[in-house]
Amino acid sequence: MSTPSLDLDTYVPHVDHTYDPRDPEVALYVDEVSVRFGGVQAVSAATIAALRGQVTGLIGPNGAGKTTTFNVITGLESPTSGRVWLGNEDVSALRPYKRARRGLARTFQRLEVFGTLTARDNILAAAEFRRSWSRDGSDARATADEIVERVGLSHVQHERVDMLPTGLARLVELGRGLATRPKVLLLDEPGSGLDVAESEALGDLLIELAKEGIAVLVVEHDVDLVMRVCDRIHVLDFGRIISIGYPKDVQADPAVQAAYLGAED
Amino acid sequence: MEFVQLLVVGLVTGCVYALSATGLVVTYTTSGIFNFAHGAIGMLGAFTYWQLTVGWGWPAALALPAVLLVLAPLFGAGVERVLIRPLHGASVDVTLVITLGLLLFLLGAANYIWDPATSRVLPELFTSGGTSIAGVNLSSQQILIVVVAVAVALALRTLFSRTRIGIAMRGVVDDPDLCAMSGASPARIQQLSWAIGASLASVAGILIAPKVGLSSIQLTLLVINGYAAALFGRLKSLPRTAVGGILLGIVVEMYPVYIAPHVPGFSTTATELTKAVPMIFLGVLLLFLPSARLRTSTAAGRIAPTVPGLRQSLVGGVGLVVVAVVLTESLSSDNLGIATSVVVLAIALLSLVLLTGYSGQTSLCVLTFVGLGAWAMGHSGHSVLGLLWGALLAGAAGALVALATARLRGLYLALATFAFAKGMDEAFFYFHLGAGQQLEIARFRLPGIDTSSASTFFLLCTLVLAVASVGVLAVRRGRWGRQLTALNDSPAACATLGVNTTVTKVAVFTVAAAMAGFAGGLYGSSRGIVTNNDFAVLGSLALLLAVRVGGINTITGAVFGSLTITMFPEIQKHVHGLPDKLQLAYLLTGLAAVSVGRDPDGLGGQFSRLGHHLRGLRTPPSSSPTGIPELEEARLVHS
Repeated sequence: MSTPSLDLDTYVPHVDHTYDPRDPEVALYVDEVSVRFGGVQAVSAATIAALRGQVTGLIGPNGAGKTTTFNVITGLESPTSGRVWLGNEDVSALRPYKRARRGLARTFQRLEVFGTLTARDNILAAAEFRRSWSRDGSDARATADEIVERVGLSHVQHERVDMLPTGLARLVELGRGLATRPKVLLLDEPGSGLDVAESEALGDLLIELAKEGIAVLVVEHDVDLVMRVCDRIHVLDFGRIISIGYPKDVQADPAVQAAYLGAED
Repeated sequence: MEFVQLLVVGLVTGCVYALSATGLVVTYTTSGIFNFAHGAIGMLGAFTYWQLTVGWGWPAALALPAVLLVLAPLFGAGVERVLIRPLHGASVDVTLVITLGLLLFLLGAANYIWDPATSRVLPELFTSGGTSIAGVNLSSQQILIVVVAVAVALALRTLFSRTRIGIAMRGVVDDPDLCAMSGASPARIQQLSWAIGASLASVAGILIAPKVGLSSIQLTLLVINGYAAALFGRLKSLPRTAVGGILLGIVVEMYPVYIAPHVPGFSTTATELTKAVPMIFLGVLLLFLPSARLRTSTAAGRIAPTVPGLRQSLVGGVGLVVVAVVLTESLSSDNLGIATSVVVLAIALLSLVLLTGYSGQTSLCVLTFVGLGAWAMGHSGHSVLGLLWGALLAGAAGALVALATARLRGLYLALATFAFAKGMDEAFFYFHLGAGQQLEIARFRLPGIDTSSASTFFLLCTLVLAVASVGVLAVRRGRWGRQLTALNDSPAACATLGVNTTVTKVAVFTVAAAMAGFAGGLYGSSRGIVTNNDFAVLGSLALLLAVRVGGINTITGAVFGSLTITMFPEIQKHVHGLPDKLQLAYLLTGLAAVSVGRDPDGLGGQFSRLGHHLRGLRTPPSSSPTGIPELEEARLVHS
């Protein structure tokens, strides 16, 4: 697994020259994506590369455009300009379900669980979806049971999801995504609502998933979690990528500190 | 010259549509609630005006301000206070049920007060006079309509751009909470908008009634033209709404003269479509709506009663058949006929449980599919295959509806199915089962079974209902049921998990419509004779509401809905002093819908919760438990 090198001294913001969308290591490539809502520029020319077998972080203050970026990647929102590449294929024109069938899964910051189904049935439904579109003849029930165990939902698997606390509901969404056996997994604040032990377990799980070859792109506010699990981090502020690098480098980047401090007052 | 004359007539008619639609848009933009009862309020205004002038002999100069400036605004404000304000933050589905319930209730009430059997005429405001401009004759009434329309347009323009309250009204819909912080009371503003809306509806009603007749149903359903005009303005822009109304008015007047006769080979069909023109206009507009984004979970507040297991549902099915056997012993053949109607309609309503209850697709056209099934049965002689043809025909129609509305959800889907039902009413059933005609339907024959016996046929239908119920419950517990529930709970999540939601939607619409069509065949066979009145759009609406009241995601709901709608007219026949047929059904169904419609699970849900409570189980919270505010909602609805 090649580790990317990034020279922060010569780094030019907005454009990542390091990767080519056709590079086989690149599982997801967001190519200069911009989104405008009326008069608001939510994302401007953001370029993000998520690599196979790595956890890539996408951080930034509230309203920086992280969720919008996820919506563009999954096809729920159309970008004003820019393209999205998935596994070396330009998927910009594809509808959300087709992108999913090419190995893209996500969770939602504003929960989109199947609230009237149980936790296990949420994951089972996803495994069944996967089975019906991939026609791989896999055993959906076995997959569901395995994932329920893996994401740590065994104790609540027969509870209806809208009765679960937010943190656990987020794990349901994570499990649901995993049930489609994705190549790229987008996680929108998976750690919020979890206690310290649960968050620890989540971190371990993300590292494990990356080791299995999944490209994980995670939006997260929990700095400890991000610093621990991410191989590389992109920092988004006012819709622009202001910094890319290894966790330590990003943490030390004055531009990043300014963005976070500026956002607090 | 005829062209110019028609253009002018169309323009005048269009002005009335525009007036009505403007009221609809004002209430929608300010309260975020689409008022399906807008036409019914206008109807009430016209009847009240008739009562004051013709009935009690008030001069128009007194009656007009009394209706338009006092009664209508008070009524609108009252509706807002009692029904609308408590809906703050409710889902589209709930607001739909409440306003549709209001529609039915007002219709039932008006029919109770003003017996529809008596014919009434609302005279034009000015019966004499008129003028001729460039060879085009204009009556005083026509001139008046245009003047009123222009005056209202100017007045609203001033209100929204020059007055503080008007500017605040524009702000409310964008962000009620923000608006509240700036000092304006959103509740007050919303109330004002409903007052204005009711007044505008009444103006339109009073102006159009002399032309279309003082018929409660006609006037109520005329609002579809208003829906179309409002949709032309994307439910937002008043100038565009006005243009939409006028355009529709012109198309409606021009179509029978300049378009229909010139459709090569199909001029008869095209002429039959004349009355469906507004529905087609509405349908086309819906097709061109910008794509709705896959969003908005509706799961919050839904309880979704526990689904019975296989054993439980089999026991229920057997129980149903046992009850039926007992009934055949004790009921007279007349009453067996009624009981058969209840059972057959319940089968049709099971399709709503599947379609609307499980998968969340609103349908206001269930009787249209039933009617297609009955029509097919009527052309199949005694062959039992007629049931199959009915199911196939209705299923195909369902698939087409689903394909045409693939991108629509919630309000827009409701409007589209409403337009479809009304269009089929006017353009198909009216010509094939209506206009004094009726369709005789022979009862199908089965080898070894005497279907002509009332009790045997009743048992047969009950058996079908039992099998269908067990089947629907089995679907709910199975893979497809999970998929439908998932689609209902979060279409966005479905799409990001690789589900082609259009395919799912077409599939569920097809299956549900085929079920309704199959039930239609049974319905026709059981009745022997059907007319277009059996499948009118208002019936579909009453049925949907009745099922909703009973609990749209339960079998109980379907049986409850069928039982209430079938039994009301029967009860009325036997209780002296009650008003004529159907009104009680509308009145009470409407009343029930506006009172319990806020609970998306209906009585079925209440029972289920009671059961949970008694067994000491936790009940799900009634609001979003995740505590995540629905911040994006406003932007996400067709921005």
